[in-house]
Amino acid sequence: MKVSVNWLREYLPIALPANELAEKISRTAVEVEDQYRPQGDMKKVVIAKVLSVTPHPDSDHLVITQLDAGEDEPIQVVTGAPNVAEGQTVVLAKHGSTIGDGKKIRRGKLRGEPSNGMLSALQELGLDNQVAPKDLEEGIWVFNDADAADLTPGEDAFAVLGFDDDILELGITPNRADMLSMNGTAYEVGAILDENVQLPDYTLTESDEATADLITAEAPADLAKKYAVRVVKDVHVQDSPLWLQRRLWNMGIRPISNVVDVTNLMLLTYGQPLHAFDYDQLPAKQLKVRTAKEGENIKTLDGEDRTAKAGDIVIDSNGEALMFAGVMGGASTEVTDQTTNVVLEAAVFEPKAIRHAARDQNLHSESAQRFERGVDVSATFTALDHAAALIAELGQGTVTKGRVVAQDFDYEAPVVKISTDEINNVLGTQIETAEIAKIFDRLGFGYEELDGKFSVVIPSRRWDISIPADLIEEVARLYGYDNLPATLPVGATTPGQLTEKQKLIRDSRHTLEGLGLNQAISYVLTTPEKATQFQLDTDNEPVEVNYPMSQDRRVTRGSLLTSLLDDVAYNLARKQADVALYEQGRVFASNGLHDLPNEIEHLAGVVTGNVRERDWDQAAQPADFFYLKGLVEQLLTDYGFTDAITYVPNQDRPEMHPGQTADIYVGDTLVGFIGQIHPTTAKMYKINKTFAFELNLSTILTLPRLKSTYEPVSKFPSISRDLAILVDRDVHSADLVETIKAHGGQDLHDVKVFDVYTGENVADDKKSIAYALTFVNREHTLVDDDINAAIERITNALEKQFSAEIR
Amino acid sequence: MSLQTELQTLRDQAMTQIDGAQTLNELNDVRVKVLGKKGSLTEILRGMKDLSADERPVVGAMANDVRNELTDQIANKQTELETATLNEQLKSEQIDVTLPGQPAIQGQPHVLQQIIESLEDQFMGMGYQIVEGPEVEQDKYNFEMMNLPKDHPARDMQDTFYISNELLMRTQTSPVQARTLEQHDFSKGPLKMISPGRVYRRDTDDATHSHQFHQVEGLVVDKHITMGDLKGTLLAVAHQLFGEDHDIRLRPSYFPFTEPSVEVDVSWNPVMPDTKPEDIDWIEVLGAGMVHPNVLEKAGVDSSVYGGFAFGLGPDRFAMLKYGVEDIRNFYLNDVRFLTQFDQKG
Repeated sequence: MKVSVNWLREYLPIALPANELAEKISRTAVEVEDQYRPQGDMKKVVIAKVLSVTPHPDSDHLVITQLDAGEDEPIQVVTGAPNVAEGQTVVLAKHGSTIGDGKKIRRGKLRGEPSNGMLSALQELGLDNQVAPKDLEEGIWVFNDADAADLTPGEDAFAVLGFDDDILELGITPNRADMLSMNGTAYEVGAILDENVQLPDYTLTESDEATADLITAEAPADLAKKYAVRVVKDVHVQDSPLWLQRRLWNMGIRPISNVVDVTNLMLLTYGQPLHAFDYDQLPAKQLKVRTAKEGENIKTLDGEDRTAKAGDIVIDSNGEALMFAGVMGGASTEVTDQTTNVVLEAAVFEPKAIRHAARDQNLHSESAQRFERGVDVSATFTALDHAAALIAELGQGTVTKGRVVAQDFDYEAPVVKISTDEINNVLGTQIETAEIAKIFDRLGFGYEELDGKFSVVIPSRRWDISIPADLIEEVARLYGYDNLPATLPVGATTPGQLTEKQKLIRDSRHTLEGLGLNQAISYVLTTPEKATQFQLDTDNEPVEVNYPMSQDRRVTRGSLLTSLLDDVAYNLARKQADVALYEQGRVFASNGLHDLPNEIEHLAGVVTGNVRERDWDQAAQPADFFYLKGLVEQLLTDYGFTDAITYVPNQDRPEMHPGQTADIYVGDTLVGFIGQIHPTTAKMYKINKTFAFELNLSTILTLPRLKSTYEPVSKFPSISRDLAILVDRDVHSADLVETIKAHGGQDLHDVKVFDVYTGENVADDKKSIAYALTFVNREHTLVDDDINAAIERITNALEKQFSAEIR
Repeated sequence: MSLQTELQTLRDQAMTQIDGAQTLNELNDVRVKVLGKKGSLTEILRGMKDLSADERPVVGAMANDVRNELTDQIANKQTELETATLNEQLKSEQIDVTLPGQPAIQGQPHVLQQIIESLEDQFMGMGYQIVEGPEVEQDKYNFEMMNLPKDHPARDMQDTFYISNELLMRTQTSPVQARTLEQHDFSKGPLKMISPGRVYRRDTDDATHSHQFHQVEGLVVDKHITMGDLKGTLLAVAHQLFGEDHDIRLRPSYFPFTEPSVEVDVSWNPVMPDTKPEDIDWIEVLGAGMVHPNVLEKAGVDSSVYGGFAFGLGPDRFAMLKYGVEDIRNFYLNDVRFLTQFDQKG
């Protein structure tokens, strides 16, 4: 909401410069998002009277004007303004002036005729086209005769136009809807500056004709807690006087006509939206608040043909829905320059009903915004009376006798109890009772106080206050947040430590970073197609949002790999072919529309391109299955599972390379998989050869794990033996190792593959595989006989089980 | 020729040979030839038996001197030759030490993770627990228990991805607080928690908006928690995130779940005792307030006995401010050139 400081000064004295006032408001009430003076850097723009208009000898669209700008000699200006005429009072940007957007005006010649300035439209002086009363195409700004009578040629135009005002743009929080009005803002500033507020005044004169004879109104209390109308007859609908127009344009509202402008002025003054109907266009001399039937048509003031939804709040006359009540007026009963009799409506509409209609129609008007957030119910009928009086004054009309009130209630001021102790206990302060009392005085809240216990009477203009905490906030902000102490909570101490799960997740992240993977954080929402890829549990259904913003972000992911592959693709598209990433996050499994989905903690990683760049002393190292497997083995070993970790070939993961993929088991539990992305999948993602793993951390957390244990290092030397064997190609090393370990005896400490060979000198269906076996005994030095016996057992077993040939 | 003369000659010749030795082998040959069992010195000393009793001690002493002198000389020469050899070797082993080392392969935590983790560590040090909760939430916990009933105007502040009437993508991590508050046994002490995590808003992604971002929210509930405690805690957070020289200020604001509510600005520049207020550049970093009694009551906590404070900050926004990241989408695109920049440790 924009606030004119000049207008504010009509309520209370303000000695502070605007920037200091803005700072105080920001620190005490609401944020001042912007502060500016419409005049800005503009200068030397004056009021001028058009003495004569003569044709330009050399142009059919330019004319030559002589202007009285308060100087000894008339000023000649050539203008193309279509609306310029002798006798007008206009705005002249003189030679040497600066106008909007920093544009400088210099004397010059237009088609040979000297021109010593420029006649201006308000838009050219920086007024937004949405706010300026006349369209730019209509030409220069011309003061109407009544206003012109008060103006002197040569007078500073910025003061006349109100551009010397200071405007504060307030960011009103939902609780401070009271500040969506000048009255409310004035009360707030009064509290801040400790000044009394003088509210606007008016004198209402009524004719003898009873309003009730002209119109009837009906409003159910569940839609409108207050509803009243007045009638102003014989109104001349015309432009508003300058004082009203400039007030509106400074507040960011476009002046339209005296009737509409007055309703807007009341909206700004009281925060009370009003509506004016053309009395003579009403289908019947009755108004009724009701909810719409589905499909009713209303053409609104913005020219849109709209279809009401069932439940939208509307104003009805004779069965016809005229407008969306409190949201936007209807075209059929709009006040135009033909209007002579006006019905003014003031109401307190039910916020939920307004919200409903505003949402349905996507019409978040100034009016709807205020009704939704609430209005000062004590000001509703005052605003109505004030509006009627002012319209009668500005349009030379007469206000008929009395309001027609369809709904009303008496405001009962809530009394909120609070004590000095409660306030100080919450704030951590030692504010005296007298100081608190003084703050309530400044806020204009009535109260009774006894021994530091307050009963505070909340005025209707502060409907945001209903509980003690609300009053504590009032005291705190006016006392000043800067004056609060800065302490730390005291009381029983509590342990701050990671849970087992948090520890595991954090350690896993650190391990993978240490192993060279960068942490990625990707989007959780993805496409339905991707959501079902790479799933560990293919029965999982994704969770779908009901109104997605884009097709790419529709459902929750079922694996982290889909995100990581998107990341790889993003990098590759930017010529970053070497990528090593991991992500830790959740995948989701829907449990329907009523129950929360399962959220499963996962950990996944990808490597593609080179894991090591070509360097001056070594060749590049491309990523491959075993590089990544090494990382995963390290990670899994660190968990210290009680059960063995096994890698079982799986040819059936559709997105993975059938010959280069293994499921990972701990004991009998599937915890994840590792492998190369299937070339077809890689193509779909537009990525190169990529290796990936995905683990289910939630499952891993449930598995038994060993604490670190200690056993003394053997004092006796170890002995190594190499064992090279020839087996069928499809024999798995893991099975060979298992057999070796099973028959190696107690002293077999370690088995390492150190060579795998196929090719020359090995039959096509065979492979040669070599193991280094390490033996050690804690009690004595091993001798060859011990080892030979073990090797004998091992080779026998290998020959028997795998038809292995020992080389 | 007397033995003395022979010794003298031997000495002189040997000294020349020692000096002239080019290698350790040559030197050794000299040593063997002169001082060895069959060496020339031994040879000469054999002649001692023919000497008179008077001469023998004199020649003997002289022979010892020569032996010692030659032994020392050989040792010196040996050291000299060894040093030369070593120097030769060292010279041949010279490398260009300005060439880069073999790059260690090291990954980075994501910048948002770094911020979250540093806050976690700080708050754990202050006795807070870290609590996570579901990212797909019930309306009840995300809104209603946070004092945001259906049709509350403040719901407009948060555009929500709904899944059904009851379920939604959480718009804030506050529902974790509601869940924890509901479960907390106050007989076991105060509740002090932070809840970091991903949150979602129905927003069109652009440079400053993301449909997914992060929050770290904190909550302390006990019998005697004051707004001064909130201010002190936030000051500690500001010091952690920005450095000890930075100050904070509170401004009134509105959140449905706190009353009073404040926005918290942190000074962008250090604030010294002589810094003038008008020279401080304030940036908005946090929202905070005293827990609204409705929030406590809805979680079954007696608001006449217990009270507390809550605060929330966005690591994304904070990282944008701290590092000057111009586009929030950068955090989620995972361009390796972006990720690897935030590598400062310690």
